[in-house]
Amino acid sequence: MSVVTPAPGNSGAGAISLSPVIDTASSLRATSGERVTAVRGYMRRNMSLPVGLTLLAILAVFLVVGRFMVDLEESRPVSVMTLQPPSWELPFGSDRQGRNMFAVAVAGTPMTLQIGLIAGFLGVGIGATLAFVAAYYGGKVDNIIKSMVDTGLTIPGLMILITVAMNVRGGLGVTQMALVVASLAWLYPTRTIRSQLLTLRERGYIQIAQMSGMSGPEIIVREMLPNLLPYLVAALVNSTSAAILASIGLEVLGLGPFEAPTIGMTLYWVNYNAAIINGWWWWWVPPIVVIGTVFIGLFLVAIGLDEIANPRLRRTV
Amino acid sequence: MNAILEAKGVGKTFGGGLFDKVKTVALRDFSLGIENEPPSILAVVGESGSGKTTLARLLLGLVSPSSGEVLYRGTSLTKLSSAQRKQFLRDVQVIFQDPYEVYNPFYYVDHVLETPVQKFGLATSKADARSKIEETLRAVGLRPDETLGRYPHQLSGGQRQRIMVARALLIRPRLIIADEPVSMVDASLRATILGSLRELNRAFGISLIYITHDLTTAYQISENIVVLYRGSVAEVGDVEKVVGNPMHPYTRLLVGSVPLPDPDKAWLPEPPPSEESKRAGAGAHDGCAFAARCPDAMAICREARPPLYQIDEFRAAACYLYMGKPELSHDELGKVMVPPEPVALPVSAR
Amino acid sequence: MAIQIPPDTTRVQADVLSVRDLRVYYHTPRGAVRAVDGVTFDIKAGERMGLVGESGSGKTTIALALMQLIRPPGRIEGGEVLVDGLDLLKLNAEQMRQRRLALIAMVAQGAMNSLNPVIRVRDQIVDALKDHGLKQTKAELAGRISSLLQRVGLGPQVADMFPHELSGGMKQRVCIAIAISMSPKVIIADEPTSALDVVVQRQVMETLRNVQLDLGAAIILVGHDMGLMAQAVDRLGVMYAGTLAELCSVRHIFEEPLHPYSQLLIASLPSLDKKGVFQGIPGLPPSLLNKPKGCPFRPRCPQAFARCETEEPKLTEVKPGRFVSCHLYTEAS
Repeated sequence: MSVVTPAPGNSGAGAISLSPVIDTASSLRATSGERVTAVRGYMRRNMSLPVGLTLLAILAVFLVVGRFMVDLEESRPVSVMTLQPPSWELPFGSDRQGRNMFAVAVAGTPMTLQIGLIAGFLGVGIGATLAFVAAYYGGKVDNIIKSMVDTGLTIPGLMILITVAMNVRGGLGVTQMALVVASLAWLYPTRTIRSQLLTLRERGYIQIAQMSGMSGPEIIVREMLPNLLPYLVAALVNSTSAAILASIGLEVLGLGPFEAPTIGMTLYWVNYNAAIINGWWWWWVPPIVVIGTVFIGLFLVAIGLDEIANPRLRRTV
Repeated sequence: MNAILEAKGVGKTFGGGLFDKVKTVALRDFSLGIENEPPSILAVVGESGSGKTTLARLLLGLVSPSSGEVLYRGTSLTKLSSAQRKQFLRDVQVIFQDPYEVYNPFYYVDHVLETPVQKFGLATSKADARSKIEETLRAVGLRPDETLGRYPHQLSGGQRQRIMVARALLIRPRLIIADEPVSMVDASLRATILGSLRELNRAFGISLIYITHDLTTAYQISENIVVLYRGSVAEVGDVEKVVGNPMHPYTRLLVGSVPLPDPDKAWLPEPPPSEESKRAGAGAHDGCAFAARCPDAMAICREARPPLYQIDEFRAAACYLYMGKPELSHDELGKVMVPPEPVALPVSAR
Repeated sequence: MAIQIPPDTTRVQADVLSVRDLRVYYHTPRGAVRAVDGVTFDIKAGERMGLVGESGSGKTTIALALMQLIRPPGRIEGGEVLVDGLDLLKLNAEQMRQRRLALIAMVAQGAMNSLNPVIRVRDQIVDALKDHGLKQTKAELAGRISSLLQRVGLGPQVADMFPHELSGGMKQRVCIAIAISMSPKVIIADEPTSALDVVVQRQVMETLRNVQLDLGAAIILVGHDMGLMAQAVDRLGVMYAGTLAELCSVRHIFEEPLHPYSQLLIASLPSLDKKGVFQGIPGLPPSLLNKPKGCPFRPRCPQAFARCETEEPKLTEVKPGRFVSCHLYTEAS
């Protein structure tokens, strides 16, 4: 098998270097009994995946249960008394505009996650399509796509996003936010997935498929794609977390949807009202904890998936 | 001349572009016509860097030549229509060296057998396909119930390679190009697989080009042999003659370096010539590629590449030691090859 | 360089390496894979021994075990490895690290590909020497490296080169130079020539031979090429399914193989004399995970009988210097 070289890390935080997939399926493709014991053994030794999933699960439970515990309308301003510290009625207290911070957390976190998911999936979706086109056609098409990607990656992403967001003012909704972030999220996946495909193209089984009469697109879909799937899943996780970070970044700068109680907007108001200096800790601690949980959870899941995707890292026979 | 596949002055050079100043000539002006009536077995022997793997890929159309062309039934491989390409794949098939790489780990091993059946319409129904596959597996000595429905990592290297032979047999090509088919297989299975390949030739009339670095197995299986050195033909002809009494100094070195499985027949006592390092600018001159290592090198050897001299009826060598013998042009390799014995084929084989 | 007097091999030599009942198992969720299941042999100083076997026979595992390089999930379950009287298996990690290279060295399979591509040859050798606490001046080191390279047939200019400037055979000889840099007593060569051409292979094997004569070291050659073994070793151990099937002089193995596996193996070798005979060994090697009772070769053995199914044969000396694990040669107990 070819030597594994790790993919270069993204400049943005939240993106992790993923070792490219070689042939993932060898371990997954066992009898069901074998698979169960293998998975259990794997989970016991490598805590990343289960811990990461647990963290994300805890967050999900919090969000679901929270809906029944509070009226989400109270995430709007002028709902409750302002600047109340945490109490039984207001578990997360309230902010200067009279929002129930618990309601904000329960209502706003899914919005942030939604932005991340939409942008992340769009990014990998567009990226994968472009990568397949580039790898299959090669030649001029490949050169054009490659140049676009390489040029795009050298320009500071945040700057582009700020410029775009500033010009889409006048009611930037949550979905629009997602599209703004997605407009750049496809660059890195295109490059890495294309590299993966070019590596896969040299495998012996691709040549056998050619000698068996398979056409180009057929080879991509039937031979390459199955081996690419775990890598794509890991790329999705990566892309989602990068998108969340980008969206929070834009919102903290005041370029997000003003009415939405997203994590980023909350932090914007925290800044605007100097909440940290004023000692209104209940305002900024919960968003930080939520961000931490999301990113650590996604990071651990990505690492855990990496071991599945790359059999070399595994420690079983 | 009923050549199914013909290499005409084929050459392949790597590098020499903008960033790669070093040009490597992998193969130089190679010509060979492969006929199928009667089916023959040809061995192409060379070390790494000899160009033998490049030759295999050129003949299969996996790589296009820098000069010359490879013709399938008269049409260049680069210009085949899709119908012609389908026909080409029906007639010419391959067995690769690495029994691990050629399987997509996502699928059962059945995948490599079912794909050609489907693509080439080799069966009339699913049941027919299944029975044909099982029959072919049995023909190479495998038990279908122990082989099908398994993932590649569950089978041994030898089994996987035999499945590849079965795949080739399933398609019933006229020519199989086998690139080091047994070098990654255990010793005890090598004989079995080589035996299968020879059976394909005898029982099904399939010609074989057996590419290897292992002189011994080449001798075992083939009638004729081409010895490649650094992209050019060093010696060619009847395998009994070339191996039994090598004429080219390189072939002599090769034959003398094969470790014989007999403690009493030691390696030749003469010290082998020294190896060059890559820094020494080896091969920088225009003469014979082997001159730097040749114990019989003369002045003329460094000036120009020697032509092929026909030493006797079924042998030729590219060496100035034989200057004076009739010269053979590079596209006349077939002249010195022993014609294979016609084999009586059962009617069903075609 | 001190003058080396070649060892007098006519005198009876003491055993420089003794392996007693070595067991190495790989622990998987499905159970223990018995890669090496009770291997015993001795080697004298200056002797050349071969370990031949197919993939899965355990020969590389033995090489790694002798160097104490077995990593989890593999584990040395038992046995002794005595080098000059010292049991290597009883040493801790640090003690073993000091002994590696100084007492027992290995040229691993594909070693030439694990040379650091960005470091010159000279520095790679120095790395190994420095690691063993050798403090010498630059001039002394340079001299030592020159003489090391000379011993493996390379010119002193090679010291300044990078690995990619060397051919495969030269790289492998550099690896041999590193292996002998501390004059070990035992050299293990695991398939040292498998990636090399037949011509280069011969050069490398002759280098190994010279080096070994120089040092008076014992050499264990691990491989699967019987032809190479015939040319390169004095004694040969045939491994099958984690145990030694046969162990005797290389001449005896080829002239009169005792174990049915050895017999079939020799018969399957292609030769440059007879043409067109293709005789493989039917069947497959056994699973080392669920090793069946009795002799591991029984399912493929043409001479198996009742006792082979129930009782595993032990390696016994049936004639002077000839060891076989086969019931054909031992009386029923």
